[in-house]
Amino acid sequence: MENKLIILIVIILGAIAIAQLVRVYEISAKLRKNGEHEVTNRDNRLNARLMLGFMIALFIGFIYLMAAYGWTGRGEAASVEGKETDWLLNLNFVIVILIFFFTNFLLFFFTFKYVRKPGVKAFYYPHNNKLEMIWTVVPAIVLAVIIILGLQTWNDLVAPTDKEAIRIELFSKQFDWTARYAGQDNTLGKYDYKLTTDKNELALLTSNTIDSAINNMLNGINGISRIQKLLNNRDTIFNDSTSTALRTELSRKERLYRLLAQMKANHNKKLDASAWDDIIEDTLVLCKGQQYEISLRAKDVIHSAFFMHMRAQMNAVPGMPTRMKFTPSLTTEEMRKSKNNPAFNYTLMCNKICGGAHYKMKMIVIVKDKAAYDAWMKSKKKETFKDKYFPAPAAPVAADTTMTN
Amino acid sequence: MASVAHEGHGHDHHGEHHHHEENFISKYIFSQDHKMIGKQFLMTAVFMGLVAMILSILFRIQLAWPGESSDFLSFFLGERWAQNGVLKEDMYLGLVTIHGTIMVFFLLTGGLSGTFSNLLIPLQLGARDMASGFLNMLSYWFFFLSSLLMLVSLFVESGPAMAGWTIYPPLSALPQAVSGSGLGMTLWLFSMTIFIASSLIGSLNYIVTVINLRTQGMSMTRMPLTIWAFFVTAILGVLSFPVLLSAALLLVMDRLAGTSFYLSDIIVGGEMLANHGGSPLLYQHLFWFLGHPEVYIVLLPALGLSSEIIATNARKPIFGYKAMIGSILAIGFLSFIVWGHHMFVTGMNPFLGSVFVFTTLLIAIPSAVKVFNYLTTLWKGSLVLTPAMLFAIGLVSTFITGGVTGIILADSALDIALHDTYFVVAHFHIVMGMSAVFGMFGGVYHWFPKMFGRMMNMRLGYAHFWVTLIGAYGVFFPMHFVGLAGAPRRYYDYTVYAENDSATADMMLDLNVVITIFAIFAALGQLIFLFNFFYSIFRGPKAPQNPWDSNTLEWTTPVEHVHGNWPGALPVVHRWPYDYSKPGADTDFIPQDVPLAEGEEEH
Repeated sequence: MENKLIILIVIILGAIAIAQLVRVYEISAKLRKNGEHEVTNRDNRLNARLMLGFMIALFIGFIYLMAAYGWTGRGEAASVEGKETDWLLNLNFVIVILIFFFTNFLLFFFTFKYVRKPGVKAFYYPHNNKLEMIWTVVPAIVLAVIIILGLQTWNDLVAPTDKEAIRIELFSKQFDWTARYAGQDNTLGKYDYKLTTDKNELALLTSNTIDSAINNMLNGINGISRIQKLLNNRDTIFNDSTSTALRTELSRKERLYRLLAQMKANHNKKLDASAWDDIIEDTLVLCKGQQYEISLRAKDVIHSAFFMHMRAQMNAVPGMPTRMKFTPSLTTEEMRKSKNNPAFNYTLMCNKICGGAHYKMKMIVIVKDKAAYDAWMKSKKKETFKDKYFPAPAAPVAADTTMTN
Repeated sequence: MASVAHEGHGHDHHGEHHHHEENFISKYIFSQDHKMIGKQFLMTAVFMGLVAMILSILFRIQLAWPGESSDFLSFFLGERWAQNGVLKEDMYLGLVTIHGTIMVFFLLTGGLSGTFSNLLIPLQLGARDMASGFLNMLSYWFFFLSSLLMLVSLFVESGPAMAGWTIYPPLSALPQAVSGSGLGMTLWLFSMTIFIASSLIGSLNYIVTVINLRTQGMSMTRMPLTIWAFFVTAILGVLSFPVLLSAALLLVMDRLAGTSFYLSDIIVGGEMLANHGGSPLLYQHLFWFLGHPEVYIVLLPALGLSSEIIATNARKPIFGYKAMIGSILAIGFLSFIVWGHHMFVTGMNPFLGSVFVFTTLLIAIPSAVKVFNYLTTLWKGSLVLTPAMLFAIGLVSTFITGGVTGIILADSALDIALHDTYFVVAHFHIVMGMSAVFGMFGGVYHWFPKMFGRMMNMRLGYAHFWVTLIGAYGVFFPMHFVGLAGAPRRYYDYTVYAENDSATADMMLDLNVVITIFAIFAALGQLIFLFNFFYSIFRGPKAPQNPWDSNTLEWTTPVEHVHGNWPGALPVVHRWPYDYSKPGADTDFIPQDVPLAEGEEEH
């Protein structure tokens, strides 16, 4: 309702404005004897003053925005790396804000000061090599500083993690995130997208999951045998497009099946163990002061893991593993206190357009202190991939791997 | 090359002897006259710009008043896309995608370079017409066709393209992922393919004309900076647009022919695809190989126009003419080796990232040179603040404001937390949505008398300038703070913050309301321009031959357009175009075709 009212008011005001302008136009056209190309001194001075006024308004507006919103939304950086980049960001901001004020001031001030005055001729001043040299070299020096500091930080941020870093995988799909902890061995199990089944959504690679994927491909609800049966049924006649679609689907599935069979033949059972102890969670729990090596994976389209508060971001790309690292430095509790908001939570957002519900794609991130984190980890000990999806009694192959383990 | 020049010559004779035989169709529709083609580009681009502006108001309403019913939305989008006046999520993405596409390509590339290169290259060089009038006509009609296709895509049942104007695959390749990646995306790709053909033909024509058809005495170092800017822009276009075409073609293949250029290991809509080995990053490299030069394809013509406008209206030579040419060339060259700064967090090799940090920040140097040269041109000038001049000064201001945030975003370490937030949106809108658009408006106000033989109303021009400047700064200045707070772009609403970080959500919403109100204000301000523009075409006072006392050759042509531009012999050029307020001269301007006085030295 309020909305409609605003639109209505805006439209009415707009219409009135146009009607007024038309009148102004026609009257002024009648009154003005001089052509439209001659700017009167009055107009000139008025616009010059307005320019100066605008500059002052722009500067005040900027300072106001900086004071009111400059830090409120962003808040404190919640990771070691984020503190480093925030420091650099502030430094860069100081530099560019000075440039902004300085050059904009000159621009608007010159416009104000050197507006045409009767009898004063412009100063013919085509070039000056010394001046031009100065404003080539000075920006170059400032930029050199910015580049050197920036690249130093960048190199730190993308350097390999320490040995003690905990490995986590973030698995993304339309429109949610899943976290996979590497478990006791701190090694993430291997995966292959072809192994995806209802029970194995993260497509982890073990002897069992290969078998069940093959089985699913052959005998699943939309498996090869069903499609073959449909196509070979003499009682049904499909129209062209349906039968082409079915044949395409069949040939695709047969190709995937052959690849799965190959995978089974080449599979090294020793790899199973690293997947079995992985822990799959829909909330990301992290430990303060612990460095994390995070691998990213996308199932369907590109997503981007954006940890706003930690100042960390990396895309998850289908078919291409990517990585990021950071070290949380403030627990959720500490951040709640600093934000004075008991309902505050860190979130992992998706920051690469990925479809209609893109804006809803998020995961809650909880940062705990060491003791609380260890307790939480302990509670998850019996909730590994194996426990949850292939409990030991039902999985003979799993027993094998436990032995090798 | 020689044969092209010769052809141009033959054409002249044709024009001189037969121009009275022109009928309506050959004069207004399938015209081969560069002045008419320039006007056709302008009209089409103004219309497209209007459409894209309305689209932006539609999604700005959603951002300011999320989930609230709006008659404005239901009026434009109907029940299909705005049930009960509430925008559908998918259509939100469709709106931002088409808004971006139209603004970047159709308004700022077609409208800016298409209009002013066509109008000014032959006129300021002293040529009868473009090197090839026919190709020029073809270039416009391809542009028209592609505009039409893009508009049609707004009306298909599954919606327009919804993958953002950068249409990153796999999202843009998979109709299962978002409805706009069906027919809408197909139309987008076809439209852009035709657009690229148009741009390519046009650019080749501009390059050939600049190289071959300069009149006697018009050496490269006597060309106005507008021409230098159009020339370098055309070279950028020729070298980069074909790469976008290849990116688009590979995408078409992935969509229609089952290839795997960009697709690998994908499960979408419950369907396991067999595509393997493709790389979405390949697309991003190809896209940004165009995408970054594109920024300068958009910006250089605006800078060129403003150089001319500022020198004329400051009644002073542009300061550091050779340095200005040098910086145009440097910007043009560097723009080809910086594309990776769009990809710092895509998984591209971090070492490659550091190389791009270096090259990108280098661009700041020629940009700074340009800014300081503009400032020195204004210094001790005798400024005549025409609406065109105000827009040109506004351009310099926004070029600074938008440029300095580029320094932050080019720094890969800082880009991590700002990438794809509203900080980026604010940055490139100040550069493209303000600077480039201001350049275009300045160009229209300044060369309107040349285009239509009439004057625009100056008071309305002032009103338009002030509303636009205040409105646009009001939109894009606060937007930086929304981005710094961590608002991702292309978000339908910010419930994610409302649930988990309410103070930040409140701040974002506060600013978004302010931004939307300014956006509506600025959009309404454009009605002043539209009215002034169309009214003046028909009823504006008749223009004198050289309304701004300018030096360049276009003002030596008669007000009434003739085919071949000059009724008699072509003018001969004796000096550079910036002899304003030269000591010892009687007037404060000396047109380029005036011979050097005795004892006078060239600048």
